Amino acid sequence: MYQFNYQKAGSADEATSAVAAADDGRFLAGGMTLIPTLKQRLAQPSDLVDLADIGDLVGIEDGGDSVTIKAMTRHVDVANSDVVQSKIPALAGLADNIGDPQVRNRGTIGGSVANNDPAADYPAAVLALNATVITNQREIAAESFFDGMFTTVLEEGELITAVRFPVPEKAAYTKFPNPASRYALVGVMVAQTGGETRVAVTGAGQDGVFRASDIESALSGNWSADAAKGVKMSDDGLNTDIHASAEYRAHLISVMASRAVTAAG
Amino acid sequence: MTGTGIGASVKRVEDQRFLTGNGNYTDDINRPGQSHAWILRSPHAHATLNSVDISKAVKAEGVIAVFTGADMAADGVGSIPCGWQIHNKDGSPMMEPGHPPLAHEKVRYVGDQVAIVIAATRDAARDAAELIEVDYGVLPAVVDMDSALAGGTLVHDDVPNNRCFDWEIGEKDAVDEAFAKADHVVSIDLVNNRLIPNAMEPRAAISDFDRSTSQYTLFTTSQNPHVIRLLMGAFVLQIPEHKLRVVAPDVGGGFGSKIFHYAEEAILTWAAAKVHQPIKWTAERSESFATDAHGRDHESHAELALDKSGKFLGLRVATKANIGAYLSTFGSSVPTYLYATLMAGVYTTPAIYAEVQTVFTNTVPVDAYRGAGRPECTYLLERLVTKAARDIGIDPVELRKMNMIQPDQYPYQTPVALQYDCGDSPATFESALKASDYAGFEKRRTDAEKSGKLRGIGISTYIEACGIAPSAVAGALGARAGLYESAQVRVHPTGSVTVYTGTHSHGQGHETTFAQLVSESFGIPIDQIEISHGDTDQVQFGMGTYGSRSLAVGGPAILNACNKVIDKAKKIAAHIMEADVSDIEFADGKFTVAGTDKEMAFAEISLAAYVPHNYPIEEIEPGLDENAFYDPLNFSFPGGAHICEVEIDPETGDVEVISFTAVDDVGRVVNPMIVEGQVHGGLAQGLGQAMLEGCVYDDDGQLLTGSYMDYTMPRADDLPNFSVATQGVMGASNPLEVKGVGEVGAIGSPPAVINAILDALAPLGVDDISMPATSQKVWQAIQESNVRQAAE
Amino acid sequence: MPTVSMTVNGKSVSAEVEPRTLLVQYLRESLGMTGTHVGCDTSQCGACVVHVNGESLKSCTMLAAQAEGADVATIEGLANGDELHPMQEAFRENHGLQCGFCTPGMVMSALDLVQKNPDPSEQEVREWLEGNLCRCTGYHNIVKSILAGAEALRG
Repeated sequence: MYQFNYQKAGSADEATSAVAAADDGRFLAGGMTLIPTLKQRLAQPSDLVDLADIGDLVGIEDGGDSVTIKAMTRHVDVANSDVVQSKIPALAGLADNIGDPQVRNRGTIGGSVANNDPAADYPAAVLALNATVITNQREIAAESFFDGMFTTVLEEGELITAVRFPVPEKAAYTKFPNPASRYALVGVMVAQTGGETRVAVTGAGQDGVFRASDIESALSGNWSADAAKGVKMSDDGLNTDIHASAEYRAHLISVMASRAVTAAG
Repeated sequence: MTGTGIGASVKRVEDQRFLTGNGNYTDDINRPGQSHAWILRSPHAHATLNSVDISKAVKAEGVIAVFTGADMAADGVGSIPCGWQIHNKDGSPMMEPGHPPLAHEKVRYVGDQVAIVIAATRDAARDAAELIEVDYGVLPAVVDMDSALAGGTLVHDDVPNNRCFDWEIGEKDAVDEAFAKADHVVSIDLVNNRLIPNAMEPRAAISDFDRSTSQYTLFTTSQNPHVIRLLMGAFVLQIPEHKLRVVAPDVGGGFGSKIFHYAEEAILTWAAAKVHQPIKWTAERSESFATDAHGRDHESHAELALDKSGKFLGLRVATKANIGAYLSTFGSSVPTYLYATLMAGVYTTPAIYAEVQTVFTNTVPVDAYRGAGRPECTYLLERLVTKAARDIGIDPVELRKMNMIQPDQYPYQTPVALQYDCGDSPATFESALKASDYAGFEKRRTDAEKSGKLRGIGISTYIEACGIAPSAVAGALGARAGLYESAQVRVHPTGSVTVYTGTHSHGQGHETTFAQLVSESFGIPIDQIEISHGDTDQVQFGMGTYGSRSLAVGGPAILNACNKVIDKAKKIAAHIMEADVSDIEFADGKFTVAGTDKEMAFAEISLAAYVPHNYPIEEIEPGLDENAFYDPLNFSFPGGAHICEVEIDPETGDVEVISFTAVDDVGRVVNPMIVEGQVHGGLAQGLGQAMLEGCVYDDDGQLLTGSYMDYTMPRADDLPNFSVATQGVMGASNPLEVKGVGEVGAIGSPPAVINAILDALAPLGVDDISMPATSQKVWQAIQESNVRQAAE
Repeated sequence: MPTVSMTVNGKSVSAEVEPRTLLVQYLRESLGMTGTHVGCDTSQCGACVVHVNGESLKSCTMLAAQAEGADVATIEGLANGDELHPMQEAFRENHGLQCGFCTPGMVMSALDLVQKNPDPSEQEVREWLEGNLCRCTGYHNIVKSILAGAEALRG
C-alpha cells in the first residue's frame, strides 16, 4: 500500500466532510475490495475515512412492503436477519453466499453496491428487486444507479446510507461461480414484484449488472423454468475471459434463470 | 514394545508447534539489524535492458542500497547452474545459456529480476523500487512451443530455434517393426497442462554476513539446503562450503517448487556482504505465481500398436516440453529420465521409442512439480490405453489386464532403461475394482440418467520410479550430483537420541516417521528421539527431499547408522557384562547375554559410552555417535490403481467427483496415518490438474493466471472424500522395504478423472477433452457433439 | 506515527504503526506473534484468519487501525499451556495438518464455524472452508478434524 491518512468518522456528516476536505479521500466500509486494491497499489488515495463507528449506518428496518438495509450492515447480518429471511428470503440467501465467511463477516451492502464490481452479487438484487439506493443527498432508483463496471452515478463524496428493497411476491438468486475467484461467472436474480417481472444478471456483462429483457418477457407471460430456459440469450455485450466465453455465459444466464425460477416457486 | 515403532499410526510430533502458532518459518525469523528487500521485476516477457537508472531510488527515504545486474556482473557473479546434463540424439550436450541472478542486458520472462532495493522496511523498499527508471527495449515474446521451434524470436541469441535439446530413448527400429505388423494402431494428441505449484508458504529468504568470520548465512524456504549451498556456493557466488551456512527452517510446503536454487537466494546472499547487515525478502503471492518454477507443460503425440487380440506391440511417443526462459535446477531431467523411462507403465509393451524436444520460451522456468515427469507419462499412457480400448472395442479393464506385467515377471526389464524391482499391478487393480464397486457402475449410470446427470467411471493403473536415486545410474544419465542420503545418529549419555538427516521435512512428517525407525531400532519411545534437519552447520550432508526419496533413501541411512550404534553398544555391553560380543543380544531396548539373566538397558550402555570408567578403551572409542551414507541399489517402484467416478450436469458442464478410489502399493508402511495423508494430498493435486488448474500466458507472455482470482486452487468443496488403501509388495531395493509415497496421488489420478469424464460423455460421441476439464470445456464439448449429431 | 491499541488474546497491547499497516503485520511485526501467516495478497488463502470481536476475518484485509480497541484472538491464545484446545487436538488426532502453514487460519476459521453451527454436516464444513486454502492435505483430514472438533466441543 502507498501511504495514506486514516481517520474514523463518528457520523455520516463527519465522514462526508472529511472526504470533501481530503485531496483524494475515500470512504472505507468493510474494505473487502478497497483494501486488496490498495495492497496491489492499484489506488493511491490520500485519506481513508472509516465508517465503522457510525451506528446510524447499521441495521435492518421492516417497512411492511419494503425492507431497508442500512449501508454498513454486514452480509452475515443480512443473511441471518429474521426480517430479511421472512420478507425477502432470496436476498438473505444471496448474502449468505457472497464471498467466503470472512468476507461476509466484514463486507457491507453499501460498500458492495457503491463499488459495483461487475461480478458482485448485490447489484443483481438491487436491480431485480427494483431497490432504491439512499444516499446522504438523494434517493436513486436502481435503474439509474449503476453506470458500467465499477461505476455508479454517485457523486464525489456522496455516501450511500441505505438500500430499500420492495418486498417481492417471489424471488430467487442463482449463481454459477467462477471456479477460481468464486465471484459470479453468471449470477441471476429473478423477481416478481407488484406483478412486474424483473431478471437481473451479474458477472456476465461487459458493463456490469444488466436486466435480461428477453427472459423477463418470456417469464411475464409464463413464469416457468422452461420459459426461462427456452430463451436463447444473445452473447452481445457479454464478457469473454479465460474462464468463460460470451457464448457460455449467455447459455448459463438462461440456465441460472430457469433454476432461479424453480427456486422462487 | 514401545508402540511407536514401524507400522504404528503415531500422532505427529511436529503438530504441537504448528497447532499452537509456534512454527518457525523463514518469514517468522528476524535477525538483529535486519533490513528488507524488494525485488524489481520485469513487466515485459522479453526486452533488452537499455538502462536501469537507480539514482532516485537510492535517495529515497529508508533506502540502504540498490543493486542491478550490472553490479553483480561486475563482481564476477556466476550463472545459476542446471543440475542435470542431457545429450542430444547426436551425442552433443544440451544448450545451457547463462542465467544471471539479476538480469543483465536482457529480461526473458515477466517477473525476471531487474534490481534489488534494500531498505529499512519492506514498504520503503517497495516505494523506492517504483522510482527506478528502466529503459526496456521491448522485443516480441515467444510463448508457445511451435512458434519457438520455428525460430524467429530467440529467447537466447545463442540457442538456435530455441531448442534446448532433442533427446531420444528406446529402439526406434524395433518400434517401427512392431507398427508394421500391428493389427490396430491407436493414436492420441495430448497437452499436459502447465501448473503453478502454490505451496501455501511463499518463498522467502534472509541473508547475513559476519564480517568477523567472513561467514555467510542464508535462511531460505528450501527442500534441500545442502544442495542450495553447493549450487550457490560453488557455481554462483564462489563461496566455499565452510564459509556458507544454509538453513531451511520450517517450510510451508514445497511440492518440488522449493528444490531449485532461485535467483533471490544468490542476490540476497551476495548483497548481505555489500550492506553488512541481514536482508530479508518474502515473496508476495503474486511473485510466487510469476516466479516459482512451474510444472508439466508438455505437448505429445503418441501411438500404440496392438495385435488383433489387443496385445500391445509397440509404443511411439513424440513430446515437446516447455522449459521456460532458463534451465532450472532439474528442468532438463524432468521431461527425459523422469518421464520417458516409464513409458512401459504397468504393461509388457515390448518395443518403445520416445523422443523429446525441450524448448525455451519467454515464460518462467519449468521444473519438477509433484510427480515430475511421471504424471505426464502416466497421463499419456492411461489416456492412450483407454482410447485403444474404446477404438478397438475391448473393455478397458480387460485390455489392461491382458497387457499387465505379472507378479512373477519381476524383476522386469523395460525397453526404456528401468528395471522394475518388484510389484503386483494385477492385485492392486483387482482391489481397486472391488473397492469402487466397478461391477455395479452401470446401475449407477442408469440411476444418474434419471436425474438428468451423465455419470462416468475412469481407470488409471500406474507404476512410477522414485526414491531418487542410485547415484551411479543417475550419473550415467547426466546427473551432476550424487543422490545418496546421509544420517547421523547421536545417542546422548542418558540414552536420548538426536538424529541428523540430510532430508528435509516440509509437511511429510519426518520428525515422526524417522523417529519411529529409531524407536523400532533402539526400542525406546519416540519422545526420547529428536529429528534434526535443515541446517548445513548441524547436518553433515544431504541431498534433501524430493522425488519421494526421504524414507526410501534417507530412511536406510538412519537405519544403517542405528545399526552401527547397536554394533558398538554390543561391544560395550559385552565388556561390562563380561561376555563374548557374539553372545550379546539386543531387543526391546535391552542388551542381554544369551543364556543368562544378565541385561543392561540402552541408557546404561549410552552412559557407559560417555563415562568410560569400565570400558573396552583399547578396542573402541568413547561416545555413541554414528554416521551413515546410503546410496540405493535401485529406484523404488510404487504403483497402483486409481478409479474415479464423476457426474456431469449436461446443462452447465459442471463435473462433480462422486467418488475416488486409490489402492496404492507403497511397500512397507511405517506410519499408515501419514501415508494416507500423503496420498490425499497428491490426489488433490492430481484432481486439481485434471479439473481446475491451468496456467495461462497470453501471446505477449503476460501471466493471465497470476493470482487466486484466476488460477483455480482446489478448495474443500471441489473435492470428495477419498477412499484410499495401501496394499504392498515389500520394496526390494532398500533394507526398509519401503517405496516412495509422496507423489503417487498426483501421478496416478489425472487420467482416472479424464477417463471418467470421457466415459460420461461417450454416449454423446465426445472422445477428447483437455485438462483442466473445466465446466466450460465440458459444456463446449457437449455443444459440439450436439452440432455434430444434428449434422448427421 | 499513530498508536494503535487493542486486546490480543486477553492482553492489552499497543504499538506505533503507519496507517497502512495491516492487522496481520501488526500482529507479526509489531507484536512478534508469528503464528498468524500470510499466504496470498488477494484475501483468498485464509492463512491469516483471526477472530476480531468474536468473529473470524482475514487479518490481511483489515488495517491495524480498524482494530483499534478491538478484542483480537489468534492461534497463540487457544491452548492452555501445553494442553491443546479441543479443536487443535482434533487436528492432531486426525492428521489435519501437514506443513502447518495454513493450519492457524484453518483452526480459527473452524472455531467460528462451530460457534455458529455446533453440529455441521460434512458438506457445511467443506462450504465454510471456501476462504481457506490448503495445498497439502486434500482437505480430507481437515474436514474430518473439524467434524471431530465440533463433536468434542459439543461435549
